Amino acid sequence: MQSAASFKAFLLKNSTESNLNIYDHLTQLLMKVMDERPHNAVDVIEDMSRDVKRELFQDTQSTLRDLPQTTDAELLAEQQCLLFSRQEDTDQEEELAETPLPNVSEIGFYLEQAGVGLGREEMQRIFLALKRLVETQALPRCRLWGKILGTGSNYIVAEAEYREGEEDEEQITDEAPEEEGREAETQDSEMDPPPQSTYKPPLMVPQEAIGTGANKFVYYVCNEPGLPWVKLPSVSPAQITVARQIRKFFTGRLDTPVVSYPPFPGNEANYLRAQIARISAGTQVSPLGFYQAREEEGDEEDEAPQDSYEVNPDFEGIPVTEMAESLSFWVHHVQHILQQGRCTWVNLAVKPEEESYEEGEADEKEEEPDEPEPEVGPPLLTPLSEDAEMFGTPPWSSRLSSTLTPQHAVAVLRSNLWPGAFAYACGKKFENIYVGWGMKYAGEGYSPPVPPLPQKEYLSGANVTETLDPSLEEEQVLQEALEEQQAAQEEMEETEDEEEEDDD
Amino acid sequence: MDADSLFFSLDAVAGSGNTLSPEQRAALQSSLLVLRRSYKFRRVLFWGKVLGLKQDYFIAQGRGEDELRDRKYLYSLNCIDWFLLPPATDSTVAQVSGAARGQFVGDPSFVYERVESPRMSEDEAAQSHVNKVNEETRLSVTVHQIDQDVSVVPRGAFIRNHHGLVHVNRSFAGLSESEAKKLDSFLHLSEAKNPKNPKPRSVLQNGELNPAMDFLDVLSDDVPKGSWSLQFESAGRVCILRSLLWLGLTFYHLPGTPQHGYVYIGDGTKHLDLPFML
Repeated sequence: MQSAASFKAFLLKNSTESNLNIYDHLTQLLMKVMDERPHNAVDVIEDMSRDVKRELFQDTQSTLRDLPQTTDAELLAEQQCLLFSRQEDTDQEEELAETPLPNVSEIGFYLEQAGVGLGREEMQRIFLALKRLVETQALPRCRLWGKILGTGSNYIVAEAEYREGEEDEEQITDEAPEEEGREAETQDSEMDPPPQSTYKPPLMVPQEAIGTGANKFVYYVCNEPGLPWVKLPSVSPAQITVARQIRKFFTGRLDTPVVSYPPFPGNEANYLRAQIARISAGTQVSPLGFYQAREEEGDEEDEAPQDSYEVNPDFEGIPVTEMAESLSFWVHHVQHILQQGRCTWVNLAVKPEEESYEEGEADEKEEEPDEPEPEVGPPLLTPLSEDAEMFGTPPWSSRLSSTLTPQHAVAVLRSNLWPGAFAYACGKKFENIYVGWGMKYAGEGYSPPVPPLPQKEYLSGANVTETLDPSLEEEQVLQEALEEQQAAQEEMEETEDEEEEDDD
Repeated sequence: MDADSLFFSLDAVAGSGNTLSPEQRAALQSSLLVLRRSYKFRRVLFWGKVLGLKQDYFIAQGRGEDELRDRKYLYSLNCIDWFLLPPATDSTVAQVSGAARGQFVGDPSFVYERVESPRMSEDEAAQSHVNKVNEETRLSVTVHQIDQDVSVVPRGAFIRNHHGLVHVNRSFAGLSESEAKKLDSFLHLSEAKNPKNPKPRSVLQNGELNPAMDFLDVLSDDVPKGSWSLQFESAGRVCILRSLLWLGLTFYHLPGTPQHGYVYIGDGTKHLDLPFML
């Protein structure tokens, strides 16, 4: 017995090198054989022994555990959970009354039928974000305008009507650079003044007031549904004119500068707003008869295009097959933007007001000989069949959403000029949406506009124009003549001196 | 994207704006399976949609043993009847680039004509030859070019064995969140652009590469830089890559899962204005 106990103690002695003992090792080995029951165990016992030793490795786990870092997705998810929370103090009666939001699920359903859309869950999140926008900003009416894709992140755009009595916060003032010129004049009047620049910057076209023309609606954007909405500034005609000439991707951050030629007056927020204005003017359509022109009372001096319309209460839907076949059943309901960059034309050749008061008569203004031609765009509610073709492609493609069940299909219209603009109509319901990169179809390729020719630095005048240097013969002739003259003068002086001496 | 995963992967790429209507989805699911059996493909994928003025083309791709070389394209106008597209060769590519302009019309038998007259020179007489190409040929060349330029797969999804055969990696567990944010983890599934002069890499870089997985071109080597837009969509869960060179190509991948795929829904024109726009 004692020899067995001492042998067991010997077996339990830890090895000096690996801190294992043979007793534990053999126990584990036999347990492994018991569990696994390998075939021909005696032949593989050495391998199993080595495996047991290898499995003994344990990594040291400290008592400190890593906190899992919150990923971006989790942060966004927290924001989006807030979308789903209901406010407790709203009465249910208020909610059941008319909301400024359109019917959310219905639009999502029709868009899916048309083959457009952002996926059901994403649409749902977007509509909940719209609901929150309406609640926080107290907007009279609001709808989803669409989504503009960018390289870094995207923009979800909502279109809303201005609240009553809202004024434009930013006002672009017409600071004449002539004032700076005058200051420079006074400084240099003592010294020889450098030639004055004859450059007159083109007059700025005044911005349209909010609620009219291109600024009829206000737009809010956000990067992801759940993040706060940002209001976009109003658009100015200069921005629209330049936006027509440049082609740039959006990056997803509103404060990125837009580096381009011609230089864009503003940053990405302004460029985004300008593109939204152009897309709306070009692609927002409705079925013929849905809107009717509002009749205005009173005479109007100029033939200002009517920019107001109202929903026609007597509208009965047009059959879907007809809408899909012919473009004359669709009309634009957003004003066309003129070449000037505005929807209503402004005559820039009118003299400034100070001079007119001096003259005292306002009629003389209209008799300017070189008055520019007023620009006229197609009036509101013109059918799409009058849209011009560009680069050989028809401006719109239309089809039915389903050929197998045309009784319940939706008529879908897709713009070829602004890829990504869609409109659908089904009975009395219709909607427009834009999902794309925010650029117009440019045909073959885009070539940036050429910079203007450099201007002359100075007016050509008498003391500025170059003359030819005299040639060698001419110089010699002149020199001889001068020498003769000098010689003659010296002789005269000598004779005078002699005469004086003689006199003395 | 794989025909088997069609019903949920279309939602992942829907962020680009184009989805398929439920009717088209249902038709595709059935007809792609029939296609796989009749052509004896190993895998059949819904490649995308090329939009035309009158009709749209739905494109499917069938893959055989070798994922890289054994590919066939088929097109359909109604998601049910499929026609095989002829493979694109150098001569057809030259033909198409000479003749086809503008957007796709939507009629496979439409013929594009373009009269090319070289400049008058004193020695040669003016010879104007007419370049003609079929819309079907143009479609096959476009589809081939898109796959060459912008097909995307995550690193590790396909492996090449020592025979040179490229096949799906069954133990691909997906990229991690941090890997999915880098453009280096995505590769083109097409023949390498310069197989004879590969980009010189340092010894340290070569040590990290795995010859079974890294035999394809990396996306971050694409010219011009910045022609890919990498974002996380759908509440930050799905990693989306959009190509700016062929507008309309969207690649999706759910990090941590082996799900990935790409689809092209667009008008089939290369975006040559890209350098002006970045």
